[in-house]
Amino acid sequence: MSLLVEQFDTPSIEYQLLAPLLIVFGGAIVGVLVEAFFPRRARRDIQLTLSLLTLIAAFVALIVWSRPDLGQTAASGNVVIDGPAVFFQGTILILSLLAFLLFSERGVDSAGDAFASSAATIPGSSSERELVAARVLQTEVWPLALFSVGGMMMFVAANDLLTFFVALEVMSLPLYLLVGMARRRRLLSQEAALKYFLLGSFSSAFLLFGSALLFGYSGSISFGGIHDSLSTGVGLDPLLLIGTGFVAIGLFFKVGAVPFHSWIPDVYQGAPTPVTAFMASATKVAAFGAMLRLFYVALGDYDWNWRPMFWVVTIATIVVGSVLAITQTDIKRMLAYSSVAQAGFILTGVTAASGSGLSSSMFYLASYGFATIGAFALVSLVRDGTSEATHLSRWAGLGRRAPVLAGTLSIFLLSFAGIPLTSGFIGKFLVFEAAIDGGATPLVIVGAVFSAVAAFFYVRVMVLMYFSDPPADAPPIAVPSALPALAIAVCAAATIALGVFPGPVIDLAQEAAAFVR
Amino acid sequence: MNPENYLYLATILFVIGAVGVLVRRNAIVVFMCIELMLNASNLAFVSFARLNGNIDGQVVAFFVMVVAAAEVVIGLAIIVTIFRTRRSASVDDPNLLKL
Repeated sequence: MSLLVEQFDTPSIEYQLLAPLLIVFGGAIVGVLVEAFFPRRARRDIQLTLSLLTLIAAFVALIVWSRPDLGQTAASGNVVIDGPAVFFQGTILILSLLAFLLFSERGVDSAGDAFASSAATIPGSSSERELVAARVLQTEVWPLALFSVGGMMMFVAANDLLTFFVALEVMSLPLYLLVGMARRRRLLSQEAALKYFLLGSFSSAFLLFGSALLFGYSGSISFGGIHDSLSTGVGLDPLLLIGTGFVAIGLFFKVGAVPFHSWIPDVYQGAPTPVTAFMASATKVAAFGAMLRLFYVALGDYDWNWRPMFWVVTIATIVVGSVLAITQTDIKRMLAYSSVAQAGFILTGVTAASGSGLSSSMFYLASYGFATIGAFALVSLVRDGTSEATHLSRWAGLGRRAPVLAGTLSIFLLSFAGIPLTSGFIGKFLVFEAAIDGGATPLVIVGAVFSAVAAFFYVRVMVLMYFSDPPADAPPIAVPSALPALAIAVCAAATIALGVFPGPVIDLAQEAAAFVR
Repeated sequence: MNPENYLYLATILFVIGAVGVLVRRNAIVVFMCIELMLNASNLAFVSFARLNGNIDGQVVAFFVMVVAAAEVVIGLAIIVTIFRTRRSASVDDPNLLKL
């Protein structure tokens, strides 16, 4: 057997195309240095300013440099900056910016922000009490979240299996830590972190083994190479089939599709609420972006084999998510199951396997992200003593006590339910249209029926808020600080604007909806 | 030796790891089983690199090692924190998050 004598080529790095990614990672590294070199008192303001400036700078770089170069590969083809990549990266940056504004909330909890003073201290110990009394804030959350944002941006642009896996881990590892850092109910939060970590790495291992099988089938780790090998038909179909299935398991886990959804309610409930908002919106955009690229680019010609699997998973996700959401009594868990059902609706668009399936999924993800961040931001405002009052009975009569909060939450719930004049309606309409064009009419029928089921539990919350009396010991309503209030206002405005004037964003998504091999 | 045998070994290791995750109760052992699955994938990548005469698979194996190391750092941090709070590393004990 001959030895492998292959030369490494010097990689060419297109710095302009990669600028948004590099800015985010650079900002995260500077954030780590700030932790090391600045006094504790000054760190929080520095980190907040640095993180927001990093995201804004990355967004500007994305708009300025990526537009004329749409459809280019960078870093020797490991990363591709095409229309969908730019659209998803922009969406992730905007959603992350809004989530970061929620991270900055210090006025709602009397002891500080939503994160534990030091995640390393034992809950209830004297060292924890000392740190709380000294009003110490944990500022490591900012660079951690920035690394995660960088991983997401890389995930949607990854063009080979190696970049794909590394980006997935760069995105997930900081999130495992962020989940375990809640200031209140720390045991719950740590438990959520353990579950998320073990199940998350379990699913990544499946994804990696699936990647190995795809590599074994095609002899190439690049998505283009896998696509080419499909047309030449090397044989060894079992490798391709099992590899596709295993990679799909990893991605289904990340988007929270049934039967890989069991972590979602636990983690969404246990995580600090701003982190939940971040995960539910930006992570979902990234995971769907990567799923679309892998299945449309690398396995695009193999769709007669993966589409039946997607059909089954889509139907199961919509049905299980909607039905289980009805039985929930905790608003965070209800929103978590609702996000499972929403993942099913987005999968309806993915299953279409067409250009309109891609553009409709892109629009749905953007509109869903805004509504999700807004809804979770409002959840953190109704508080019982020190922690959040998440039991639904505590929300009774909120419409009279806090009309603005209840009204804003109603906008987001109506959008989730897909009521006209909100972004959710346009999103659902587009994915259903794409699915019918793609020959998936039964999926659309299931989707439409269970939209009605889903509408029931969204409307139930509104009925509870407007048509029932507040409990005798009604929880106090906190007033958000300026930055989180701005984030909520932007989310509400975007939800209505995308519902009333969706044209520009739909055009943008359709214009961008072309993958480059 | 036929390189295909390494693929069978990789598959066996992967299955042992996956079964271990499902049946073991200690978080550390579950985590070790996940590492075993990652290493099985590495072995598969390297064997396929040999079979296909393509060096990419070996490069992947190096990156996976780095990622696995980072995962150990994060995983042990989370498990140790839980252990210090509860004096137990069993995955059955944490049960606050239920319906």
